[in-house]
Amino acid sequence: MPPIPMSNDMTAAPILRVEDLTVGFSMRQGAYDVVHKINFALHRGKTTCVVGESGSGKSVTARAILNIVPRPGVINGGRILFDPDGTGATDLAALDPRGKAIRAIRGGRIAMIFQEPMSSLSPVHTIGSQIVEAILLHRKVGRKEARAMATDLLAQVEIPDPAKALDRYAFEFSGGMRQRAMIAMALSCRPDVLIADEPTTALDVTTQAEILDLMRGLQRDFGMAIMFITHDMGVVAELADDVVVMEKGRLVEQGNVHQIFSAPQHPYTQRLLASVRRLEEPAAAKVHVSPEARPILAVEGLKLHFHKRAGLFGKGGDTIRAVDGVNLTLHEGEALGIVGESGSGKTTVGRCIAGVYDVTEGRIDFDGRDIARAGKDEVRENRRQIRMIFQDPFASLNPRMTVKQIIAEPLIVNNICSGQELDDRVAGLLTQVGLDPAMRERYPHAFSGGQRQRIVVARAIALGPRVIIADEPTSALDVSIRSQVLDLLLRFQAEMGLSFVFISHDMSVIRYFCDRVAVMYRGRVVEIGKTEQIITDPQHPYTKALLSSVPLSDPRLRGTRQRHRYMGETA
Amino acid sequence: MIWRFIIKRILWMVPFLIAVSMVSFLLIQAPPGDYLTTYIAKLAESNEVMDQASINDLRQRFGLDQSIFVQYWKWISNIVLHGDFGMSFEWRQPVSQLIWERMALTLLLSMATLIFTWAVAFPIGVYSAVRKYSVGDYIATTLGFLGLATPNFLLALILMYIGVVYFGSDVGGLFSDPFKNAPWSWDKVVDLSRHLWLPVVVLGTGSTASLIRIMRANLLDELNKPYVDTARAKGLSEFRLIMKYPVRVALNPFVSTIGWVLPQLVSGAVVTAIVLSLPLSGPLMLQALMSQDMYLAGAFVLMLSSLTVIGMLISDILLVLLDPRVRYE
Amino acid sequence: MSDLSDTSGAATTGADRIAVASQSQLIWWAFRKHKLAMAGLVITVILYLIGAFAEVLSPEDPNDQDRRAVFQPPQMIHFVDTSAGFSIRPYVYAMERHRDPTSLAVTYTASDRKIYLHLFGKGAPYVFWGLIPGDLHLLATEDPSDRVFLFGADRLGRDMFSRVLYGTRISMSIGLVGVAISLILGVTLGGISGYYGGWVDTAIQRVIEFILSLPTIPVWLALAAALPPSWPIYQQYFVITLIISLVGWTELGRVVRGRFLALKNEDFVIAARLDGASEARIIFRHMLPSLTSHIIASLTLAIPLMILAETGLSFLGLGLQPPAISWGVLLKEAQNIRTISQAPWLFIPGLFVVFSVLAFNFLGDGMRDAADPYEQ
Repeated sequence: MPPIPMSNDMTAAPILRVEDLTVGFSMRQGAYDVVHKINFALHRGKTTCVVGESGSGKSVTARAILNIVPRPGVINGGRILFDPDGTGATDLAALDPRGKAIRAIRGGRIAMIFQEPMSSLSPVHTIGSQIVEAILLHRKVGRKEARAMATDLLAQVEIPDPAKALDRYAFEFSGGMRQRAMIAMALSCRPDVLIADEPTTALDVTTQAEILDLMRGLQRDFGMAIMFITHDMGVVAELADDVVVMEKGRLVEQGNVHQIFSAPQHPYTQRLLASVRRLEEPAAAKVHVSPEARPILAVEGLKLHFHKRAGLFGKGGDTIRAVDGVNLTLHEGEALGIVGESGSGKTTVGRCIAGVYDVTEGRIDFDGRDIARAGKDEVRENRRQIRMIFQDPFASLNPRMTVKQIIAEPLIVNNICSGQELDDRVAGLLTQVGLDPAMRERYPHAFSGGQRQRIVVARAIALGPRVIIADEPTSALDVSIRSQVLDLLLRFQAEMGLSFVFISHDMSVIRYFCDRVAVMYRGRVVEIGKTEQIITDPQHPYTKALLSSVPLSDPRLRGTRQRHRYMGETA
Repeated sequence: MIWRFIIKRILWMVPFLIAVSMVSFLLIQAPPGDYLTTYIAKLAESNEVMDQASINDLRQRFGLDQSIFVQYWKWISNIVLHGDFGMSFEWRQPVSQLIWERMALTLLLSMATLIFTWAVAFPIGVYSAVRKYSVGDYIATTLGFLGLATPNFLLALILMYIGVVYFGSDVGGLFSDPFKNAPWSWDKVVDLSRHLWLPVVVLGTGSTASLIRIMRANLLDELNKPYVDTARAKGLSEFRLIMKYPVRVALNPFVSTIGWVLPQLVSGAVVTAIVLSLPLSGPLMLQALMSQDMYLAGAFVLMLSSLTVIGMLISDILLVLLDPRVRYE
Repeated sequence: MSDLSDTSGAATTGADRIAVASQSQLIWWAFRKHKLAMAGLVITVILYLIGAFAEVLSPEDPNDQDRRAVFQPPQMIHFVDTSAGFSIRPYVYAMERHRDPTSLAVTYTASDRKIYLHLFGKGAPYVFWGLIPGDLHLLATEDPSDRVFLFGADRLGRDMFSRVLYGTRISMSIGLVGVAISLILGVTLGGISGYYGGWVDTAIQRVIEFILSLPTIPVWLALAAALPPSWPIYQQYFVITLIISLVGWTELGRVVRGRFLALKNEDFVIAARLDGASEARIIFRHMLPSLTSHIIASLTLAIPLMILAETGLSFLGLGLQPPAISWGVLLKEAQNIRTISQAPWLFIPGLFVVFSVLAFNFLGDGMRDAADPYEQ
């Protein structure tokens, strides 16, 4: 095992101690706690990861430290003792949230970066002016000097051509670059503590890996304490020295990262780790395709170009090659994964096959017929055979229809059944996906994300299809629910002999679910093969970069792997 | 980048202005009959009869016998090439002599009102949003609703009523009696500024009310944006961060309201001027429309509409200067 | 995901009632919480009821002139009568008319004589909605020769109260009819624009931009001036409403287009298409229900603009012409500063305008906020 970089002052006093912190939301219906009596500490030079699923109160905790809990939230009790110099602690919770004292600490001694790099930067101010402002606030330097410092900072966070970048706006940068700029801004005053609230959640996995590398390096140089909030156990394993696990506003477990990963005490932590680990290998229940399975779907030279209109009279403009020559074959009963980052065209391929988009060029052979050029009746028939599951279970269910109406819709419009028979079919489908048929008169808003995705599945299988296009069906769900939905799909694959085109950005989900995987990059398939083979022995440099970016959810493996960077991209 | 956008936008004005001129011409052509029919009817009321020959003679002299396309072409080409808006039938004077001073005063009143509206709506809107649900917010919101619900002319009448009954003075008009027909002088300007506040208030109340609501709503949206958190986490004071970030962003849609506030003000000015008997374009236009004095009426409709089209242009250009996002679209 | 946004959900989970609540029920529950909006709803309903039953509610014929009652001030209605013991019955004190011998100015003073009022008594005959003849009035004087002026009288001695009630009918219904026309134009053109996109969209958007850039009043004036004043009332009414809604539809068109554009690419609409639903079914079954609440809210906010427009036009003498009665026509009587200083009750129709516009705005704001119960 590689030695974990340990600072020699393990016993030194923590730089920040949270004691019995309680944060409440006072609503008209009464007050309730969103964070309940939590205790933890941050140490200089160390990274403490706060991990929990949505609603666990981790973001509120982060904001409470800076005393910027958004209304109607209030700190109801406890202390936040900040002692950067060892000269005596200040209780941040007791300071006037608008006073000078806390403002000198915010940004100066404790800095914060946020999840959404786009909306966290002002859209109408240049990157430079926002960094310079932070410097001028806390350091006694002139404007010119501040600008020079800002340039250095941008260079430090590896933004190319930093002098020019200062005068650009946030929307001119990619997500990764924006987050780098955010980090530069946060570090501009050499803070003692850096709070990062899910800073990589909105980023692609390769970009995430780069940002994590960057933060590690900066921590080494600056020696600050980092409080890193995340829901991703992989990131925790990559980054944390200490771990704090939160569930529903309570701190359920904390300790050293190795201890948490090797011997979790609290059942919630155990569950969380188990659901992550389950996704680290192929599903046990998986039925594998027989080698002589016929191809059911063949995509040949698929192209889809969008024209972006520009210019005075809508002439000219760019052509966006969303899909630029893709070849794929799907065999009967097989699950074919398509993996790639945002903008790789994987969703577009799925939607072309499902018939959402009209194809610019190429063939999609389904059962020997080209469905890209099908007539009206044929399209109807194809849509019965090829069904789709969407990513966002909140957006894909019409909020104005009951669950029964939603599931019945394909049966009604295809004149399959009506009346009592329809009612029975819907009830049957609900039972099949593990929902209580008595709930069919309810509206989608009454269901949780996982339940909604089950409804989406029920609608997809209602017509007895042969192929299902699943477009990131689990990425909007909490990790503990992911494997449940995947297992449901696996069951249908086994029972109904369904074939899947499974689109995801998440390698672990692909590994769990898919027989083969196609890796897409910029509208093309760069590599395709058996899932295990691709994961263990990737050939294309992009696949290598992608795989080496996936955080390993075992802290003991930290640093054992060589990171590949694929330079064909610009972050 | 900016220049390209502005030039593009200015070029867009050309078809708009052509359309405006056509619509204006069609509008004044819309009434059945023409000035002569009205004129003959008027003569007939006083028992005078015109013989057909002189009617035809007049019709020819006014160019009323030609096709509508020819009339339009003559009309618009004279305006564009010579600044000649034709003759007013009723006043027997070139239209251009009649309209310029009134148009200038209309523009002055609209601009003064626009500035007043902004000066009042901006701080109140910001206050209302930042101190949401405070007493001040409720007062501002209530006044805003009342301002929105009270038609200009009613407000003018009420203010006039208050003036007459409680202060015993007629508050209408833009000038005191001695200055009414006097040539322009410094004293006249001072006199004008003394009278201007009433029409400004009357005209501005409605749009002030809606601008307060817009500013409040915009700012409320922006106040919860993550970049405000970022600024707060930087250690900026609450006042500075609100003014520098969310207010600055909320300003963009606020500025783009010129586009429709100006048409509203120009419209409102017509009614207000009629009620308060101001020497603006409104009363004369109304009179011209009623008597089918088509070139006079047409000149007013054209000028007022062009004014608002130009207002749109200004607001678009301001928006480009203010909001970097627009430039890159 | 940020866990900040999720905290509000805790209060809504669980309840079975909410789980099976339909869209419209959720909207209604959200709407009911707005007190001002509820007040707006009540006032609006009352005003429409007044408009519907103007003949019965008004004590007089609104066109009945009375030389001896010119500019008579309003009479207070009293309910408790103690002249012959205690009794509860509505009455007013009769007004006496004096003429100052030197200035010849007319003044009115209240006399001791009581004019008793009957509930549902017989009075001036009318034809209800132009269909059913009747003479029953909510309030009628015992002696038909007596007249009662609750809101005073105008320069011809006509009863302002009755006139305001009749004006309510026309002014409030102009809003409705105008909005109906705007709805047809706005939804059709906005829908086409949003659904089909492309050059159709561009063309319709340019037209809307153009109409929005025109100053409305000069355009309305010019259009209204084209109407021959000799036209019958209903024709005037219809054309004026048409003129007003020619401008009013644009806002609605933009709302509908924006919503259509956003909805078209919603996953649930795509899902419906993949279910095999026909184009018509997608639009009417899946898209329109999501639009209706927004459309209704925008319509409610458009009605007050129509009312204001009609009032303004009629006030300037270019809208409805007497003998038609609308709030604007009534306010035209208040144009002269000398008249209103003598008879300030001529402002009363103005109060009705303000109240109705306020009510609609509250109502519309509440509806807009409640229109999307899933947005927080």
